[in-house]
Amino acid sequence: MADRAPDPIRIDVGALVQRSVASLYAHLVTRPTGRAVRLAIETQLAEAGEPTVSLIDLTEVTILDFSCADEVVAKLLQRFLGADRPRNAFFVFRGVQVRHRDPMEAVLERQSLVAVAQREDGGFELLGPATPAERDAWHRVERAGRIPSDGRDHHFGDPNLSSGLAGILSRRLVFEAPGSGDLVALSRLVHG
Amino acid sequence: MNVLALPSSLDHRSVDDVLDAAARAPDGRILFDARHVRWVDPAGMLGLLSGGRFLRDRNGVAPRLQLPEHADVPGYMARMGFFRAAEEVFELDQRPPRRAKGDTDVLLEVTPITTNSDVHEVVDRVQRSAGTILTRTLHYPMTAVVQFSVILSEVCQNILEHAEAPGWVSAQAYNWQKRLGRHVLIVAVSDLGRGFRGSLADEHSARFGDRWGDATALEAAFIHGLTRFPDTGRGQGIQQMRKQVRKWNGAIAIRSGTARIADVPDWDDSPPLREGMASFPGAHIHLLLPGMDAHG
Repeated sequence: MADRAPDPIRIDVGALVQRSVASLYAHLVTRPTGRAVRLAIETQLAEAGEPTVSLIDLTEVTILDFSCADEVVAKLLQRFLGADRPRNAFFVFRGVQVRHRDPMEAVLERQSLVAVAQREDGGFELLGPATPAERDAWHRVERAGRIPSDGRDHHFGDPNLSSGLAGILSRRLVFEAPGSGDLVALSRLVHG
Repeated sequence: MNVLALPSSLDHRSVDDVLDAAARAPDGRILFDARHVRWVDPAGMLGLLSGGRFLRDRNGVAPRLQLPEHADVPGYMARMGFFRAAEEVFELDQRPPRRAKGDTDVLLEVTPITTNSDVHEVVDRVQRSAGTILTRTLHYPMTAVVQFSVILSEVCQNILEHAEAPGWVSAQAYNWQKRLGRHVLIVAVSDLGRGFRGSLADEHSARFGDRWGDATALEAAFIHGLTRFPDTGRGQGIQQMRKQVRKWNGAIAIRSGTARIADVPDWDDSPPLREGMASFPGAHIHLLLPGMDAHG
């Protein structure tokens, strides 16, 4: 069966703040603002194809407070993690700057969530309380870009790595192609 | 008319006494006598507004406010935007000084917080004005401007999310050479809402049984991060504020009802928990952030 590559979609959160809360402010502060932005993101996703890789772009966001981070990062991820998720969507946070890290790390830690983030230097990393095995497994996929299904034993034969792979799959930190079972790094999908 | 004499230093150290006095004031019209006030800070100004508003609501008549006699003090209060808020609370016994346009030494004037967009406005204003004070006066790194804005956002949201009543916020930096040997930034937030005990009662009072009260409610929120919301994402604001304030070796204190709880750094001699004060509605928060100009 041929794999269907996820549709990448870029969502500019800075622009969305201004549109969603109908204000002149570009800061991602207060819970109602965060909720409005999260709902706007979900609306955009509803119009995209499936599966989708969403690039949540924080580049233009100067201030992200904890309440907004809880809505736009933690609650967004949570909503698309469970079996009852509204769509088959994956997330990568782009433009994550030093000033965003504290709130993002705090809300991820509190909800035991992990996110894929692209730093200012272009590199990708995991944010949140991933286990060492999950980090190790994720880095293997990230380095390889794509791991064919018949290469899984080679890469994840070790029981520890195998449990790490299970973790990153259930956390939706890598894409598992539905036809071939290949593992694809989310970074490769957002880069097209 | 009953007179409530204000202390000469109307600040974060005396504000509890002012709130206590307001709570214990008899019925009938009250005169707030500020003639001998020689020093005010944001906590003192918001405490005065809260005391006045409380008595106005309780007694159904606006209290009178006699302005400080020391010429510098009313001028400073005007620069801090105090009188704009005070005119809605007090009957002023004389016309307050006008605020000169273009004052740039004020970090954050006394600002009412009633809606979400007020918080956006505060953050926006502080982003524009706080950089110089935080970096040049307090010698904080540039990254602190954003962290400070986040703290302000969270502390203001505490009013909207939990008090369900309007409140005020204000912030200013001072030179505490004698007391601390450096500058300090003071942030104050006050509201006359239902307070921490009222906010948490429905969800959490049962498990505390007879121990439930203002102090236990404050401990539950301040130390354990409990909120009235079942959502596990809630309750982070105060915890994260405490964490950041600790990083800056600062102090944070919350008075609600009859109790006051605080994170006290080594340079402060305030008690971490005070009980048995007069019951005053709402929540009154202040943060003291020392500069890094003397001890790094």
